[in-house]
Amino acid sequence: MKSNKYIKLLSAPYIIWAVAFIIIPLVMVFYYGLTDKDGAFTFANVLNISRPEHFKSLYLALILALISTVICMLLAYPLALILSGMKTKNDHLIVFIFILPMWMNFLLRTMAWQTLLENDGVINNVLSFLHLPTLHIINTPAAIVFGMIYNFLPFMILPLYNVISKIDVNVLNAARDLGANPVQTLTRIILPLSVPGIISGITMVFVPSLTTFVVSEMLGGSKILLIGNVIEQEFTQNSNWNLGSGLSIVLMVFIIISMVVTSIYDKEGEGNAL
Amino acid sequence: MKKSLLRTLTAVMTATVLTVPVLLTGCTKKNEQVVYVYNWGEYIDPEVLDSFTAETGIKVIYDEFETNEVMYPKVEAGAATYDVICPSDYMIQKMIENDLLAELNYANIPNIKYIGKQYLDSSEEFDPGNKYSVPYCWGTVGILYNKTMVDEPIDSWSVLWDEKYKGEILMQNSVRDAFMVALKLDGHSMNTLDDAELEQAKEKLIEQKPLVQAYVVDQVRDKMIGNEAAIGVIYSGEAIYTQRENPDLEYVIPKEGTNVWIDSWVIPKNAQNKENAEAFINYMCKPEIALKNFDFITYSTPNEAARELIEEEDIRNSEIAFPDLTKYSNLETYHYLGAEGDTKYADLWKTVKSE
Repeated sequence: MKSNKYIKLLSAPYIIWAVAFIIIPLVMVFYYGLTDKDGAFTFANVLNISRPEHFKSLYLALILALISTVICMLLAYPLALILSGMKTKNDHLIVFIFILPMWMNFLLRTMAWQTLLENDGVINNVLSFLHLPTLHIINTPAAIVFGMIYNFLPFMILPLYNVISKIDVNVLNAARDLGANPVQTLTRIILPLSVPGIISGITMVFVPSLTTFVVSEMLGGSKILLIGNVIEQEFTQNSNWNLGSGLSIVLMVFIIISMVVTSIYDKEGEGNAL
Repeated sequence: MKKSLLRTLTAVMTATVLTVPVLLTGCTKKNEQVVYVYNWGEYIDPEVLDSFTAETGIKVIYDEFETNEVMYPKVEAGAATYDVICPSDYMIQKMIENDLLAELNYANIPNIKYIGKQYLDSSEEFDPGNKYSVPYCWGTVGILYNKTMVDEPIDSWSVLWDEKYKGEILMQNSVRDAFMVALKLDGHSMNTLDDAELEQAKEKLIEQKPLVQAYVVDQVRDKMIGNEAAIGVIYSGEAIYTQRENPDLEYVIPKEGTNVWIDSWVIPKNAQNKENAEAFINYMCKPEIALKNFDFITYSTPNEAARELIEEEDIRNSEIAFPDLTKYSNLETYHYLGAEGDTKYADLWKTVKSE
C-alpha cells in the first residue's frame, strides 16, 4: 500500500498542528493542574472546585448551559424540519442566512447585543417610542442565556438540518402508506432517525455554553461569575495558573462526558455538519 | 504522474508549514530599530507614536492592557518581552520587589527635568530613589455623577450604597479600586491586611452588589456619557473627557478620602532595546508631546512645562485635573501587599463576585 505512505505524509501538517496546539497545551494543563506553585504533585487545585464560590459558579454554568441548550433545541428542530421539507433552492439560502452572522467576529456580535439590550439602548428606545413596556434583562442571567442562544443556535440548526434532510423520502411515504398520521410520522420515524443530529447539536451548544466567559462577562456586567470566568481570572488577574488549570480539569470531565455520549449515539458521524 | 503530483504537494505543504513562522518572525529588517511598548488602553495620542518614529527612526510596536493585574502575569512569565511598560505605583513596587525592572540610565532621559518635583517625591513611596520609573500620568479616583439624575450634591462614597440609585451605579471591576471604596467608607486604610477590616469591606461590597448595574473598567466612560447610569466610580483623567461630551456630568473627590495614583514608565529587566526605550521615555517627557497626550487622553500630566503650555485657563487650573491635594484628607497611594496579601484580596473579591 504505497499510497498510504503519501497519505501519512499529507497528514503531517495536521499532526504537527495537533501536537503543537492540542497535545502540548493539554499536557501543560494537566501539569499545572496537578502541581502546586513549587512544582510538587497535588490534587488540591482540582479539589478546590468544592470551594463554595467555585462550586456555585460551576453549578450556575451548568444550569445556564442546560437552559440555553434546551431553548436552542426547541427553536432549531422545527426550523430544521421546515427547511428540509422545503425541497427548493431556497432552503440553501435560508441556511446561508443563518450562517451569515458567523462571518462577523463573535466578540463584536456580543458587544452589539450589549448596546442593543442596555437600559437606554436601541431596543428600549424603540419600545418606549411605541409606548410598550421596556426590557430590563442586561446584566442578568437572562441576558447571558440570550447571548448563548444567539451565538450558538447555528451549531444546533446545522447538524439537525443535515440529518433530517438526508432522511429518505420513501421512508416517510412508506409510513404514510401504512397509515401513520403526521404526528406519528414525526415521533416514530423522523425523531428517532434524527437522534445523531440532536446529540451532535446538543454537544455543540452545551460545551461552548458551559465554558464561555466572554458572554457572561459582556452581557452579565461582570456581576455573574460562571466557571469560565473563574478560570479566566485565575490566569489573567490572579496569576494562579495552577488553580486555573486544576479547575479546567474539572470542567474537562463534563466535556468528556458529553463527548462520550455523542460518540455512542453518533457512530456514523452524520451530525457533523461543520 | 499522480504520485509525483502528490509528492510535490506534500513538499509544498511541508515547506509552507516550516517557513510561515520564519517569515512571520523574520519580517523586521536586520538593522531596523524597534521599541515594544505596553501601555493602558487609550492612554496615548496615536500621532505621538508616529512623530516619535519620524524623529528617531525607531519603530514603535504598541500593545495595550486593561488592568495592572492583567499586565503583570504576561511580563512575569516573559511570554512577550516589552521594552517600556506603564504600570501604576503599587504594581511598580511589586515589579521592583520581584526583580523584574531595569534601572534607568538618566543620561538618556534629560527631559526628566520637566517633571514636577512633587511627583518624583511621591514616586519615592514605591520607587525609592526614583531609580526605575518616570511619571507619565497621575490622578485620583472619585465619583462621576449625572446632575440631572441625582437629587442631592454628592460628596461621599456612601451614595454608592443608597437604595434610591439601585441599578444606576457603576463600580470599578478591579479588586483594589473596589475594596478601596469600601475600606475608605469604613474609615480604614486602603492598604490594610487586617482580617476584620477586610471582612467588613467584603460584607459591604456584597451588600452593595444588588444596587450595582455593572462592574466595568473602561466602559464607565461611555456609559456615563450615554446616560446609561447616574453614578460611577472613575479615574479623574476620564472626568474632563466625559464632561466635554456630556456637560451634565460632575466629578467629585469623596470626603472620606481616596486613592492618589501615579502611572509611570518603566523598563523591564528582559527588555531587548533598552536604549530605544529610554529614548521613548525621554520623548514622552518633552513638554509639547506631554501636552499633546494630555489634550488627547485628558489624564493629569506631571509635566510642569506641559501644564504651562495649556491654553485654556480653566483646564490649566482645573480642580479635577490638577487638584490641590493639601485640601483633602485621607488621601493614600496603593502599596504592594505581598503575594499573600494579593491572594487575600483576590479571594475576597471572588466571594463578592460569586454572590
